[in-house]
Amino acid sequence: MFVELNNLLNTTPDRAEQGKLTLLCDAKTDGSFLVHHFLSFYLKANCKVCFVALFQSFSHYNIVGQKLGVNLTVARERGQLVFLEGLKSAVDVFFQTQEEPHPLQFLREANAGNLKPLFEFVREALKPVDGGEARWTYPVLLVDDLSVLLSLGVGAVAVLDFIHYCRATVCWELKGNMVILVHDSGDVEDEENDILLNGVSHQSHLILRAEGLATGFCRDVHGQLRILWRRPSQPTAQRDQSLTYQYKIQDKSVSFFAKGMSPAVL
Amino acid sequence: MLDSLLSLGGLVLLRDSVEWEGRSLLKALVKKSALCGEQVHILGCEVSEEEFREGFDSDINNRLVYHDFFRDPLNWSKTEEALPGGPLGALRAICKRTDPGPVTIALDSLSWLLLHLPCTTLCQALHAVSHQDSCPGDSSPVGKVSVLGLLHEELHGPGPVGALSSLAQTEVTLGGTKGQASAHILCRRPRQRPTDQTQWFSILPDFSLDLQEGPSVESQPCSDPHIPPVDPTTHLTFNLHLSKKEREARDSLILPFQFSSEKQQALLRPRPGQATSHIFYEPDAYDDLDQEDPDDDLDI
Repeated sequence: MFVELNNLLNTTPDRAEQGKLTLLCDAKTDGSFLVHHFLSFYLKANCKVCFVALFQSFSHYNIVGQKLGVNLTVARERGQLVFLEGLKSAVDVFFQTQEEPHPLQFLREANAGNLKPLFEFVREALKPVDGGEARWTYPVLLVDDLSVLLSLGVGAVAVLDFIHYCRATVCWELKGNMVILVHDSGDVEDEENDILLNGVSHQSHLILRAEGLATGFCRDVHGQLRILWRRPSQPTAQRDQSLTYQYKIQDKSVSFFAKGMSPAVL
Repeated sequence: MLDSLLSLGGLVLLRDSVEWEGRSLLKALVKKSALCGEQVHILGCEVSEEEFREGFDSDINNRLVYHDFFRDPLNWSKTEEALPGGPLGALRAICKRTDPGPVTIALDSLSWLLLHLPCTTLCQALHAVSHQDSCPGDSSPVGKVSVLGLLHEELHGPGPVGALSSLAQTEVTLGGTKGQASAHILCRRPRQRPTDQTQWFSILPDFSLDLQEGPSVESQPCSDPHIPPVDPTTHLTFNLHLSKKEREARDSLILPFQFSSEKQQALLRPRPGQATSHIFYEPDAYDDLDQEDPDDDLDI
């Protein structure tokens, strides 16, 4: 959890808004530091977290998590974290003998239809348990990252339907939060990815967009972060709808500063 | 213009983008027609009923009929409440109403419908709904039908967007600068020239529409009024303008390429001694002059 990012977003683990969808998007850079931030943020906020990790292994997230002060192994054993490790369980799809469909069942289907089994996995994971409600504050779904599903052959509309159902269940029914990472292919014309990115953008309440610098690689500034609040246009909130900061990723934290105000420059 | 969008009837297309969301304008228009005493049907595919009704008072909420396609549009959860016939079935059911009087149908959003239904089916259904009141063979007296469609432009190619916009009576494209939302309204009236207009607006927390003056042209280039505009012509190392004296001196100067009659005369007049000049050429003893190829010695 990066305190500076919390300050920018005006939130803390104790008083986070509920029922919101946050879209993380990265273009020409790696935005995974945002995923690590939100994972540690919600674990510290004592939320029940379902993490659909299609991009990295559990040990990767665990190592980074430990640097940020959370232990994923302990959280998983306590039942706080439900971790779907896409890289490993993709193999299980082929060797399982169970009756019930695997979350990544679409991998076996010739024409990847829908992501209903994956949604049912999420719903089961975050379903409030009798007697266990008091333990966790509210449910959170994290997906890293959604673009992988497109690469695995699922259509953009099918992925949007999955997000729609997750939103209806997690954000609306259970009053929880969702955080989703989608890559922006940028200059490469990828129609499906554009539909996915714009579709999720239209459904989200907050968009955090990490971009590489237009001028190329720099040792002291790693990129810029655009924050876009998609709230109804009110006259009072006119000015601060969109903000841009530059950032530098350090070992255990990320420092943010105004454009052109890097400590290395001043 | 923006507040009288629905008076024309037909299909009104609200085209929004990620940066300028159009749902609050849709809600403002819905509120307006509800206040006029119209029956308002909402086909909600993107937000929950609670979220859509949020911000309206009970008087308006009573006039809204929400058809919920948000909770379980594809029947994955297998709830019993799943509406038969899908969104278009609900649309047709609204059309078969018996009570006369104007009706507003809000589609939230057309994009969702367009992603899940063939474009032609959707266009035919919209055409049937929005032109229902002008059907000559219809015996039952039905009132004006307005259809409000929210369309997220980036999600669709030019084909479907073009098809929908040719179907629409009025198109509202949302945009803005510096936190100030604007609406570009293109209105097609039958047998009239289409009119287009840009209006600046903001939506108040109770979803009433507040029309505003656009940001004035002078203030646009300078975002902060406290910083005086810098004049780039001060502190120049050269003159941008000439004094009267300098201008006269410049005008009286004859440039070398200007051709005057004196110059012409000077060139035409034969100079003394010009006719008597000769070129003497005496070849060296070893010069091997070839008459047929005079450039032989150049070794090209």
